[in-house]
Amino acid sequence: MPQTGPVTTMTRDEILEKIRDILVDALAVDDDEVVPSATLTGDLGAESIDILDITFKLEQEFGFKIAQGELFPESMMQDEEYVQDGKFTPKGIDMLKQRVPHFDFELLEQDPSVENMRKILTVEALIRFCEHKLQAA
Amino acid sequence: MWIDRIVELERATRLVAIKHVSMAEEHIHDHFAPTPTRDALPVMPMSLIVEGMAQSAGILVGHAHDFAEKVILAKVAKAELSREATPGCTLRYTATIQSLNETGASTKGLVELIDPANGYPDGSPAQPEVIGEIDLMFSHLDRNLSGAEYPEENFVFSESFRTLLRSSGIDTAYPIP
Repeated sequence: MPQTGPVTTMTRDEILEKIRDILVDALAVDDDEVVPSATLTGDLGAESIDILDITFKLEQEFGFKIAQGELFPESMMQDEEYVQDGKFTPKGIDMLKQRVPHFDFELLEQDPSVENMRKILTVEALIRFCEHKLQAA
Repeated sequence: MWIDRIVELERATRLVAIKHVSMAEEHIHDHFAPTPTRDALPVMPMSLIVEGMAQSAGILVGHAHDFAEKVILAKVAKAELSREATPGCTLRYTATIQSLNETGASTKGLVELIDPANGYPDGSPAQPEVIGEIDLMFSHLDRNLSGAEYPEENFVFSESFRTLLRSSGIDTAYPIP
């Protein structure tokens, strides 16, 4: 049963369980595939429409609203100030850290290729995103 | 079009449409044509029932933003149908919006079948029987993640959609782009 308001007292494991249910439903994967290190688009086979599906399901399950670009910074990809020749500029990396702090930026700092966004969009990033949203509620 | 009429429309919430299955539809004669070992079996293809729900839900999503968005079917999240629809039956599609934002929408759908063969002895008509659920995801094409650009004209809601809206008594005073 979806929550009607933000759920503020959840442990990390409880958040992971809810995310696991969401990803099993949205991506038709087995529940044991949904581990923190799994990447959404690589390991779990998510396509762009699935990101929207997951966004809606997170809103319904946790009771918070997710603004466009808050979970995944799609609008930045077409901005030359932030992306040039398929790589994030230093300004782009700084902007990412502000807009999507739930990602782990270690890989992008080593290799700022836009392609690497796929590798850091992990289940762990979703857990951290939900933790931030619930703490802010 | 794979729906005949919209019978209820509650903006950004719910749309109900019906489709009469008819022997006059050519595809019914091929689905399934007779073989040397069995007679013809005319049934509405289930893929077209999914399309009927997609049109119903797509209009609901499009109407929510006055048809300013190019609404395209992006994902069939669930499609379960338990009975076949044969000529003479009426399909009733009820689409409800589950989530809606700038980039797209998710909808839940209920498919009911009204089979005249199931009328009552006292002459009262057959009641709708739930035969399935079809849940869909729609994307607003101009807000796609790739940043690809498309013609300004809303080619999704074409003349046949406008005719359906008009014949269903839906106010289309606003111009569809």
